[in-house]
Amino acid sequence: MAQVSMTVNGKSASGEIDGRTLLSSFLRDDLKLTGTHVGCDTSQCGACLVHVDGVAVKSCTMLAAEADGAEVDTIEGQANADGSLNVIQQAFQDHHGLQCGFCTPGMVMSAAALLKENANPSESEVRSYLEGNICRCTGYHNIVKAIMAASGQDVSSIAAE
Amino acid sequence: MPKDGGIGASSKRREDVRFLTGVGNYTDDINAHGQAHVFFLRSDVAHGKLNAVDTTTAAAMPGVVQIFTGADFEAVGGMPCGWQVTGKNGEVMQEPKHPVLASEKVRHVGEPIAAVVADTLEQARDAAEAILLDITELPAVIDMKAAVVANAPKVHDDLANNLCYDWGFVEENKAATDKAFLDAAHVTSLELVNNRLVANPMEPRVALGEYSQGTDEHTLYTTSQNPHVIRLLMGAFVLGIPEHKLRVVSPDVGGGFGTKIFHYQEEAFCTFAAKACKRPVKWTSSRTEAFMSDAHGRDHVTKIELALDADNNFTALRTDTYANMGAYLSTFAPSVPTWLHGTLMAGNYKTPLIYVNVKAVFTNTVPVDAYRGAGRPEATFQLERVVDKAARELGVDPIALRRQNFITEFPYATPVAVEYDTGDYHATMDKLEEMGDFSGFEARRKASEASGKLRGLGVNCYIEACGIAPSNLVGQLGARAGLYESATVRVNATGGLVVMTGSHSHGQGHETAFAQVVAEMIGIDESMIEIVHGDTAKVPMGMGTYGSRSIAVGGSAMVRATEKIINKAKKIASHLLEASESDIELKDGAFSVAGTDKSVAWGDVTLAAYVPHNYPLEEIEPGLEETAFYDPSNFTYPAGAYCCEVEVDPETGKVSIERFAAADDFGNIINPMIVTGQVHGGLAQGIGQALLENCAYDENGQLLSASYMDYAMPRADDLPMFSVDHSCQTPCTHNPLGVKGCGEAGAIGSPPAVVNAVVDALRSAGKDVTHIDMPLSPDRVWAAMQ
Repeated sequence: MAQVSMTVNGKSASGEIDGRTLLSSFLRDDLKLTGTHVGCDTSQCGACLVHVDGVAVKSCTMLAAEADGAEVDTIEGQANADGSLNVIQQAFQDHHGLQCGFCTPGMVMSAAALLKENANPSESEVRSYLEGNICRCTGYHNIVKAIMAASGQDVSSIAAE
Repeated sequence: MPKDGGIGASSKRREDVRFLTGVGNYTDDINAHGQAHVFFLRSDVAHGKLNAVDTTTAAAMPGVVQIFTGADFEAVGGMPCGWQVTGKNGEVMQEPKHPVLASEKVRHVGEPIAAVVADTLEQARDAAEAILLDITELPAVIDMKAAVVANAPKVHDDLANNLCYDWGFVEENKAATDKAFLDAAHVTSLELVNNRLVANPMEPRVALGEYSQGTDEHTLYTTSQNPHVIRLLMGAFVLGIPEHKLRVVSPDVGGGFGTKIFHYQEEAFCTFAAKACKRPVKWTSSRTEAFMSDAHGRDHVTKIELALDADNNFTALRTDTYANMGAYLSTFAPSVPTWLHGTLMAGNYKTPLIYVNVKAVFTNTVPVDAYRGAGRPEATFQLERVVDKAARELGVDPIALRRQNFITEFPYATPVAVEYDTGDYHATMDKLEEMGDFSGFEARRKASEASGKLRGLGVNCYIEACGIAPSNLVGQLGARAGLYESATVRVNATGGLVVMTGSHSHGQGHETAFAQVVAEMIGIDESMIEIVHGDTAKVPMGMGTYGSRSIAVGGSAMVRATEKIINKAKKIASHLLEASESDIELKDGAFSVAGTDKSVAWGDVTLAAYVPHNYPLEEIEPGLEETAFYDPSNFTYPAGAYCCEVEVDPETGKVSIERFAAADDFGNIINPMIVTGQVHGGLAQGIGQALLENCAYDENGQLLSASYMDYAMPRADDLPMFSVDHSCQTPCTHNPLGVKGCGEAGAIGSPPAVVNAVVDALRSAGKDVTHIDMPLSPDRVWAAMQ
C-alpha cells in the first residue's frame, strides 16, 4: 500500500492505495467522485477524461500514484462558484448535447481542454479533437454545436437541435 | 412562434443538470455496505464439453468468499425466454435450457462458467485465474447455413438439430405469391447480409444484489430498461422469489438501445449470491465482457425477390431469411426476426402479395436479440435495397418508382397482418426532396469529380411499428407478457404531482417530456411535476422502454391517469364552488364555473382533497391519486424518407458522408428538441452499421471484435451535421396524444440510404456494382470497384 496526496477540484485529497490503483478508481472508489465514468478497458471511450495539471488525461490510463502531488480537475469541479452551470455545461444543456449522460463528463472535460488550446475551433477541428471521446446517443451533432456555441460562435446556421 | 412550455415546446431537459455536474446516480455509483465483488470466469472456447471445474486452489486464495459453478444452480430455474414462435407447419420452436452458469457444455466464447466472490474485484480476478477447467473442445457451429445441414454438430445435444424454428408468413399467401412471380413482367432479386452488431451503450452493465435476512427481502440494482420485467422474469422463472419480496432498481442508466431489455445471468447471480454469501454482491462489466455477454443485434442472411408488372407496379415480394439466435434464446430473441420483421415487409408500398420465410438458427455465438429497431431495420434494408436495384434494372428513377407504389389511402391493411392507421408518404418524400436539394446534386457530383472523388445519392423510405400491442393479440402470437403500460399520478396536498411511470428513461428525457404533457393537461408549471421511474418499490407496475413505446404507450397511460385526477378534482371543485360538476372547466391551473367569474385554484382543490373539512365525504373519498393501465389497440406507424450523399475515394475505397437528410412523420410531437436528438442518435447508429461496425467471429467461434480497438464505433469525425425535419405529421388515431414514437427511426431508415448512395457513386464511374454488404469499409468498396 502507498500513500498518495493530490489536489482535486481545489481541495487536498489523500488516500492509502494499492500500487496498481488507477486514477479513475481512486477518484470513484476512494474519493467518491463518481462523475468520472469508466466506459471501456482499452482507453478508447474517454468517459473517464479529467485534467491533470491542466492537461486532458484519460484517468483509466494513469496510476493514481503517478498523480501524486498533481492538481486534478474533474466534472464535479466545473460548475461556477455559485453552483450554476459553466459556459460549456450550459451550452450542452441549451443545445441538447447529451442524452444518457454517461459520456458527458468526459465530453465536457475534453471540450474545456480544446477551448483552452483553441478558442475558436471550426466544426472539423471540434470533430477531430473529439476523436478520443465516444458518444453512442447523440450522433455528435449537438455536442459539436454546443462546443462551438460555448466558444462564443454563432451556431444559428447549424441545423436546429 | 415556438411554445415555451407544455406539449410542443423544446423544454430544456431537467435531467441534464445532474449529468453535467457529475452527480448522476448510475448503478456503478451505488455501493452497499460490506459488499463483495464477483468476477465471472468465462469460456474462451466456442463449443466444448465441460468435464470438470476445479476450484480447490482458488477457494483458498486471499479474500475469496465463495466460488460458484453450474452445480450450485442445478436446483434453480434457467434463463427464461419471453416469446414462443410457432413454425410454418404448426411446430413450436425448439427452446434449449439456458443455465445461469454453464453445466455440461460451454456454447459460446464468454459464457460464464464459474463466479468468484471475493472481498475485492482484484482478489476475485486473481482467484479466477487459479480455477482449473477441463474442457474438451468440440467443432464450433458458426455459419448459419452450415448449421442446418444434416449431421452438423449440434449446439444443444438434446434438441433435434440447430433449427430453432422455420416460420412462414403469411403461409396462406405462399401459393399466390409464387404464382405472381411466374406471371411477373420483371423480377429483381438480391442476396444480402445484415451484419451482426453490438449495441454498445456507453455504460457497461452492472448488477448489485442485496439481501435482508431479517425481512427475507431481495434488492437488485441493475442497468435495465425495464426493472419490472426483470423482477417478474428473475423472480418467477429463475430464483423463485415472489414479487413482494423482490425489489429491482434501475436508477440512471447510461443508454440501452435494446441490449438492456433482457434478463441476464449476472443479475440472477448477484441476487442469488447475496443471500448465499450473506453480503451484497456487485458485478461491473468491463467493455470486453460486454462484447461477449451483452446480447448482439441483427445478423440476418437474406434472399429477397420483388415482382413487378409491365407498368412497374409491385405485384409480389418473397423473402428467405436465416436469422442467428446465437447459442441460447435471449429474452425476446424469437420475436425479432418474425413479428417485428415479417410484419413490416410491406414497407410503404401497396404490394398485394408477400411471403416471408425465416429460419432461426442456433450457433456457437453470443445470443442475438433486439437492438435499436429490432427486425425493422432488417426489413427496411432488404426492401429498400431491392427496390433501388429494381429501379436501376428498369432504368427508372428510384424516387418515381417508390412514389408510384406508395400506399396512399389509410387505414391500410397490409398482406402481412398489420393495419397502418395514418401516413402520408408523398408528403415526407416532398419534404426530403426539398431538404436534400436534389436539383443541385449534379453540380455537386461534378465538383466532387473535379477533385478526384465519386459522388453518389441514395434515397429510401421506411416504415416502422412502435409500441407493440395489443396484449391479447401478442399473446396469440407467442408473447409470454402483456404489452401495456401503467402510470400512477399522485397529487400532493400542496398541488405538486408525482407521476410514477413504468416507462424507463435512459437518455430519452422522459423526466422532461412526460412532465410537459401533464403540465399542459392541468395548466400548471412543469416544475410542479416530478417523473419517477426505475424502481419497482416506487412504481407499481411497468413493462419498460423498448420498441419506441414510451410516449405512445407509457405516455398514454399517464394521460389516462391524469384524466382520472382531473375528473376527481373537478368533483371537488364543484363542491367548493357550489356548482354543477358539468359546469366546471379547468384552464391554466384553475377550476372555474362556465360563464361566471367564480373560480378556485388548483392548489386549493388539492389541499381540500387532503384536508377535507369542506368536502363531499359522502360522495367521494379524500385523497388524489389515480392509476391507469393502457393497452394500445394497435401499433403506431411512424414513416419517412431519408437521403444520403457520399463521396467515395476511388484510390482507397473510403466513403465519407457529405450530406444526410431525414424527413420523418412521428405524428404529434411533445418536445421537438428531444425528438430531433433521438433521430440524430439513430442516424449515427445506422450509418455506423452501414460504414463501420461489424461484430466478427472466426470459423472457430473466436470473437474478433471484442474491444473498441477492433469494433469500429462511429466517432465525431465519421459523421456530418444532419438535416432533420418532422413537420409532416399525421397523428396516430388510436392513442390520446396522437403520437407515434421516434426512438428507432434513424437506425431503421439510414443504412439503405448509405448503401444506395455508394452503389450510385460507383455506378457513376461505370462500375457494374449492384450491391456491397455492410459495413462498407474501404477494402470492401475498393474490392467492389476492381
